Amino acid sequence: MEPSAKPRLPRGVKLRHDDVRQRWTLLAPERIFEVDGTAAAVLHLCDGERDLAAIIAELANRYSAPPAVIEKDVVAMLSDLKAKRVLET
Amino acid sequence: MTPHAPPPAPPIGVLVELTHRCPLGCPHCSNPLKLERPAAELATETWKRVFSEAAALGALHVHLSGGEPTARRDIAELVRHAAECGLYTNLITSGVGVSETLWGELVEAGLDHAQLSFQGADEGTNDRLGHYDGAWAKKRAFAAMVTGAGLPLTVNAVVSRPNLHQVGAFIDLALELGARRLEVAHTQYYGWALRNRAALMPPRKETEEAIKLVEEARAKLKGKLVIDMVVPDYYARYPKPCAGGWGRLAINVSPSGKAMPCHAAETIPGLEFWNVRERPLAEIWRLSPAFNAFRGTDWMREPCRSCERREIDWGGCRCQALALAGDAAATDPACSKSPHHALIEATAAAEAAADAGAIRWRSYKEAVEV
Repeated sequence: MEPSAKPRLPRGVKLRHDDVRQRWTLLAPERIFEVDGTAAAVLHLCDGERDLAAIIAELANRYSAPPAVIEKDVVAMLSDLKAKRVLET
Repeated sequence: MTPHAPPPAPPIGVLVELTHRCPLGCPHCSNPLKLERPAAELATETWKRVFSEAAALGALHVHLSGGEPTARRDIAELVRHAAECGLYTNLITSGVGVSETLWGELVEAGLDHAQLSFQGADEGTNDRLGHYDGAWAKKRAFAAMVTGAGLPLTVNAVVSRPNLHQVGAFIDLALELGARRLEVAHTQYYGWALRNRAALMPPRKETEEAIKLVEEARAKLKGKLVIDMVVPDYYARYPKPCAGGWGRLAINVSPSGKAMPCHAAETIPGLEFWNVRERPLAEIWRLSPAFNAFRGTDWMREPCRSCERREIDWGGCRCQALALAGDAAATDPACSKSPHHALIEATAAAEAAADAGAIRWRSYKEAVEV
C-alpha cells in the first residue's frame, strides 16, 4: 500500500460498536469482523480523505510510537482487510 | 434448560422470511412444501417490533428473505426500521419485480447489501430453472441498479445437476456484473429440493470438479471477488455446522411469525415453536422448547458425544438426521462417522446415475396437494 493511498470503508461496510458484547465490529456482507480498540482507532481515520502517511503520522503522535513500527502494523492490517474486500484505497 | 440456567449467548443474526410468495418456481427451493399463505403473514408493525427486539438482543445482521421479500409492499418501510435499529440489512432477492422506483426507496431507506440469485449462468438455463421467462434480463437489470448505487452485490448461484457444469460461467458472471461476493451453494436437500432430489442430485465426480474449480478461483481472485461455498452434504466427509449450531447464532422467523432455529426445523415432529406475535424474541431465544431441544452438546449421543469435532460442526443438521436417518437426535448422515453415511452415498450415486425424472416446480398449487 502506497503512502498516498486513501483507505476508506466502501458502502456496505460499517464500523459499529456492538453495545451488547461491548466491542467494536466491522459489519460486511455475510461477515462480522471483531475489531479491537486499536484497530477501531485506525479504521476511524480511514475516511477516504486522509492518506496512509497522514494516518500513520496521526497514530504515531497519538501513541508516542515510532512511525516505522506503526506503519508495519497498520499496513498489514489494512492490506488484510483490503484482500477481504472490506476496505478500498 | 430451566428458567434459572444462564442465558445463551445472543444471536448474531436473524433471518426473516417475510413472505412465501415468489414469482419464481425453483425446484431447489428450501422453503417448506406447505407454503404459508399471504393472509397469515405478519403485519408491518409486528415485523418492526421483531427488528427492534432482535437488535436489543444482540443481533447484528438481519437477512430479509422469503419467498421474495420485495413482494411485501412495506419492504422499504421494513428496511428503514431495521436500519434505524442499527441492524445491517441484507436483502436476499430474485431481483425479479424490483422497479427502479422501489430500488431507489430501498437505498434511501438504508439498505446495506443485496444478494441476488441466479438459477443459471445463461438466459436459457436461468429462465428454465427459475421457471420464469424473462427472469434473466430482470436479474441483470437489478444487478446494474445495485452496483450503480454503489451497494455491495452478492451473486448467489444454487447449483445442482442441471447447472453444475456452469460453475465457471457463474464466476465469470459475478465478475462481469461487478459483484463483490459470489456464493456457490450446492443444493441443500430440504423442502422442495428434497422433493426434487432425484432430478437435482449431481454425480460425485462433477461435484468434486466444481469444488476444485471454485477453490482455484477463490485463490486467484482474492481481493477482487470473495467466493463462499455451501458444501454438498451427500458427498461430504464431515457435516456442515447447520445454522452455526442449533440455537447458537441465528433465529429464523417464518412469514406467520414462527421463530425457529433453522428454516426447516418444522419438519421435526414434536418441537414446540413459539410465535413472535405472542412473545418477545429474547424470551423465545432463551426459553422456547424448540430452541433448547438441540442447543449445545448435552443432547448428543455417540458418535457425536465423544467426537473431537462436536463443537465444530455441532452434530450437523437435525432436520437432515431426521429425513435420512429417521431420528432428529442422530448424527447427521452427511458425517462419515454416521452409520447411515454409506446409505446416503449410495442413494446419491443411484439418483445421480438415473434419468433425472420430472421436476416439481415450487408453487402454492403444488403445495395444496401435499
